Amino acid sequence: MSTTTDKVAAEDQIKNDIVSFEIDGQTVTAEKGSMLIRAADAAGIVIPRFCYHKNLTVAANCRMCLVEVEKAPKPLPACATPVAEGMKVFTQSEVAKRAQKGVMEFLLINHPLDCPICDQGGECTLQDLAVGYGGDNSRYQEAKRVVVDKDIGPLIATEMTRCIHCTRCVRFGQEVAGIMEMGATGRGEHTKIGTYIEKSIDSELSGNIIDLCPVGALTSKPFRYSARPWELIKCDSISPHDNVGANITVHTRDNKVMRVIARENNEVNETWISDRDRFSYEANNHGDRLTMPMIKVDNEWQETDWNSALEFTLRGLSKVIEQHGIDNIGALAAPHCATEEFYLLQKLLRALGTGNVDHRTGQLDFSDDELMPDFPGLGQSLQSLEESKSILLIGSNIRKDQPLIGLRLRKAQQNGASLMVINPVNYDFTRQPELQTIGTPQQMLESLAGLVKALADETGKSLPGDAIKLLAKVTPGDTEQAMAKILSKQSPATILLGNYAFSNSHSSQFRALAQLVANFSGAKIGFMAQANSAGAWLAGCVPHRGTNNSATDKTGSTAHDMIKEPLKAYIMLGLEPALDCIDAGRARLAMESAEFITMLTPFKPGAGELALDCASVMLPMATFFETAGTHINCEGKMQTYRSTVTPQGESRPAWKILRVLGNYFELEGFDYNSIDDVRKEMNIVISNNSQSDNVLKQVKMPKKLGGKIFNLYRLAELPIYRTDIIVRRASALQLTHDNPGARARVNSDQAAKLNIKQDDLIRVRMLEGDAQINVEIDESIPDACIWVPAGYNETSALGACGQASVSKL
Amino acid sequence: MINTQAALNLKIEMLTLATREEIDKWIAKYPADQKQSAVMAALRIVQDQNGGWLNTQLMDAIAAYLEMPPIAVYEVATFYSMYELEPIGRHKISICTNISCMLCGSEEVVAHFEKRLGIKLGETTADGKITLREVECLGACVGAPMMQIGNEYIENLTPETIDQLLAGLE
Repeated sequence: MSTTTDKVAAEDQIKNDIVSFEIDGQTVTAEKGSMLIRAADAAGIVIPRFCYHKNLTVAANCRMCLVEVEKAPKPLPACATPVAEGMKVFTQSEVAKRAQKGVMEFLLINHPLDCPICDQGGECTLQDLAVGYGGDNSRYQEAKRVVVDKDIGPLIATEMTRCIHCTRCVRFGQEVAGIMEMGATGRGEHTKIGTYIEKSIDSELSGNIIDLCPVGALTSKPFRYSARPWELIKCDSISPHDNVGANITVHTRDNKVMRVIARENNEVNETWISDRDRFSYEANNHGDRLTMPMIKVDNEWQETDWNSALEFTLRGLSKVIEQHGIDNIGALAAPHCATEEFYLLQKLLRALGTGNVDHRTGQLDFSDDELMPDFPGLGQSLQSLEESKSILLIGSNIRKDQPLIGLRLRKAQQNGASLMVINPVNYDFTRQPELQTIGTPQQMLESLAGLVKALADETGKSLPGDAIKLLAKVTPGDTEQAMAKILSKQSPATILLGNYAFSNSHSSQFRALAQLVANFSGAKIGFMAQANSAGAWLAGCVPHRGTNNSATDKTGSTAHDMIKEPLKAYIMLGLEPALDCIDAGRARLAMESAEFITMLTPFKPGAGELALDCASVMLPMATFFETAGTHINCEGKMQTYRSTVTPQGESRPAWKILRVLGNYFELEGFDYNSIDDVRKEMNIVISNNSQSDNVLKQVKMPKKLGGKIFNLYRLAELPIYRTDIIVRRASALQLTHDNPGARARVNSDQAAKLNIKQDDLIRVRMLEGDAQINVEIDESIPDACIWVPAGYNETSALGACGQASVSKL
Repeated sequence: MINTQAALNLKIEMLTLATREEIDKWIAKYPADQKQSAVMAALRIVQDQNGGWLNTQLMDAIAAYLEMPPIAVYEVATFYSMYELEPIGRHKISICTNISCMLCGSEEVVAHFEKRLGIKLGETTADGKITLREVECLGACVGAPMMQIGNEYIENLTPETIDQLLAGLE
C-alpha cells in the first residue's frame, strides 16, 4: 500500500471522528461521542448547569441542562448526551425552556430563599439562573428540608440546607483529590451531602470544593461574612509557595486581600489550586506585619524612618567589611522570593565583592553544584507527567510538597502508571505505590544503588568505571529488580527527586545515582526544588553561577557553608533562618554569633523568635501580594505577576529596598525606575525546559556510598504549612490536620526500644542543640529513625540530620 | 501521615473472626480488585453480629476490611432501609403495607400489632423485645397480608396468627 492511500485513510478516520450538527441553528463540529454541553461551551452557547464540570465525570443529576433535540421524545441533558452527525439541538425552544424552568422550580422547593444572609450571594449559580429560569413566586407551601450542619474543619464552612445535591464536591474528592471524604447519605428526599460523621476534611486540595459548589452550601470559612463579591477587585497573580506556580485570582477590597481563588490554566494548574495557595493570604493581614523599619540601638528595638534605617544598615555592614573583609558577609534568600529580588540580591553582593549568596536553605550537600543543569527542573511539561507509565519518587512526599504535581501523578496512575517510591517515611499516597523502599537516607541510597545495578543487568548497559567500583558490593534486592523491570519496560518513565533527596548530607549521591537510573532506563529526571528555586538559579542567586548561568569571578559560600562556618554579617531576604533552614540548629548558632544581621521581612518576629535577639535591623518588605515579580516554575515557565494591594505601612517591595541599598553603597547600576528595568536587565533565558537539558552535566560517583550509620537518625522535614514565612502565619491552615505540631514521631518498635510512650515529653539531643517535645507514635516512620519536623521554634535548635539521642523528661 | 495500616487493623478487630469468614465468602464471589462489591452482604452480616443494628465503628471496620472509604460504606448503609443505624428490639417485625397487603387488610394487621404491643410503627417496646416497621412490598403478594420477622416471611396474617406469633416470641 502506498503512503498516499495511508494518508487518505487516516484523514477519513479523522473525518469520521468529527461530527457536524446544529445548535440553535448554528453549525457546530465536535468529536464523535463527546458530550453536547462541551460542544456548546466551545461554541459559546450558554446552557445552564449545576452538576456538570469539565474536569469532573458526568453525573447528570441536576437536570438543569435539559435541551430539546430533534426527534428525541423528551428533553435530554446536554451534559450526558453524546453528539451525533446531523443532530439538531434547541437550547432556547419552548420545550427546552419549560423543562429547565421545571427543574428550577423543583430545586427551589427545598433551597432556602435566604440570599441576603448567604455568603454565596452575588456569585451563586443558583441565584443567577433563578433570575432566568425561576418563577416569581413558589407554588410549594409545605415545609422545607433542613439539614443539621457538621463542622468539617477550619477551612470550609457548611450550610448544607442550601445544598442542591449536584455532587461536585463528592466527585472532586473521589476523582481528583483521591480521598473520598464527602458522600451522599440517605435516600430520596432525605439525601444529605456531607461527611456523615463529624470529621474534618483533610485533603490538601479541599478548598477547591468551595470553588466547585454552585450554591452557598460550601463556602470559605476564613472569608465568610467579610465581603460581598461585587465589592471585590479581582487581580490575577501567581502563587509562589511551590515550584508549580499555580495561577490564582486575588480578590481585594479597600487595599486588603480578602481571598484567593483558582484561575484556570490547563498547562499549569488546570482549574485547581492547593489549600496552601488558597489560604496563605491570611498572613498578609496578620497582626504582626512589620510596618516601619526598625533598628536595634543599645539592645533596644526602635522604629525609625527609611533613611535612618538604611544608613544604619550601611554603617553596620561597612564596619563588618572594614574589620573582617567582604567575605564575612553573606546573603540568604527564601526560596519563594521573586526572581527580580533574587537578581538584585546577588547583584548587590557581587558588586560589593562577594559571591556569598544563596537561596537553597533546604539543601546540605552542594558538592555537585558545577554539574547541575541551568536550573533544577522537571525535564518535561506538567501536562506530560500524566502520560508517564512508570514513576519513581525519591525522597518525596509529592502530595504535600507539590500538591498539584501530586494530582498529575495520580492521573498517570489512573491511566495505568506504576508508582514506586524510595522514601524515608511511608507517606500516605492516595493510590498506594506498587513498590517501595522505606528507610533511612543510608538505606535509601543503598536501594538506589541496587536499582542502578539491577538496571544495568536488565538493560545490558555497562556501568561507568567509578560506578563499578562503588557498586561492587551492592546486590540488588527483589524490590530493586522489580523496579528496574518496570522502569525500563514501562515508558515514558519519570523520576522525581523530592525534598528529602535534597535535605540530607549525601544529596549529591542521590542526584548522581538517580541520573544513572535515568540514563539506563530512558526516564525523564525531575529535580523538585523549593518554590521559585528555578528563578533563583537563573537570576544567579547561587554562589557558583551568575545570572543566566554566566561564570562568576569568585565563587562564594553555599547556603549551608554560610551557616556552618558562621559569618559576621548576614542579609536575610524574606527568611526566618531558624525556621526555613533545614539545618535550623546551625542557622541558629550562626545568627547568635553574627555581629550584624539585616532582615528584609514582612513580619515582626514574635516573642522568643531568634531575630528579635540577633538581628540588628529589620526592613519591612512587601509580600508577593504587594509587589510585582516573576515566578519560574519547575518546567521553566516564566510567569509574571503584578501587585494586588499596596504594601502595608512603610513596607516596600524588596526590589526597591535592594536597589536603594545599592545606592547607599554607591554601587553602579542600581538606578532602576521600575521593575521592568530590572526584568530587562536580568533578561532571563530559559534553555532547559526539555528533557535533554535537565540532566547532570556529568555523573560522578562518590568514593563511598553514604556515610556513617547511626543508631537513631533524625529525619527533618518542613511540613506543608510550615514551608515559608507567609504560610507559617496563615492561621486557618495552621489549624488543619496537616500541621503536625512540633512533635517527635517514632514507630512503636522504636518507641519500645527508646522506652518512650505516646505523649511522653522527651528531650531530643543532637550535636547542634536539643529540643523538648512530645512523642507521637507513627508507624509510617522507619526503624532507627526519629522524625522531628523543622519549621517550629520548638525544634529549631536541632541539626538537619545525623545522630540523635532521646531521654525521657 | 497517619498510622494507616495499624489503625485499619485495629478497626478490623471490631469484626469477629466468624463474621470475617462469612464476609470472605462474599468477597470471593467478586474480582479480587473489587472487594467493595461485598459491602451490602458485609453490612448484613455485621448487623447480625451486632444484634440487628450497625454503628459507625462497625461501618468503619467494614470500610477497613473492604478497603473502601468509610463514607462510601455510610452511603450504602443509609440508603437501604434494611440496615438499622440505631439499636432496635430483639425482634424486628416488618409489616408490608403496599397495595396487595393493603387490599387484603394490612391496616387491621398494623392496628392489631399496635394495640397488642402498645407502640406505633417505627417504635420499640419498652423492654427492648420488639420493633415494628412498616415496609414496602416484600414480593409475597400471594400470601397477603404478610410480614417479615428475622429471616422469615409470615403470610395470610389474621389477629389469631399474630397472637400466636407474639406468644411464641422470647
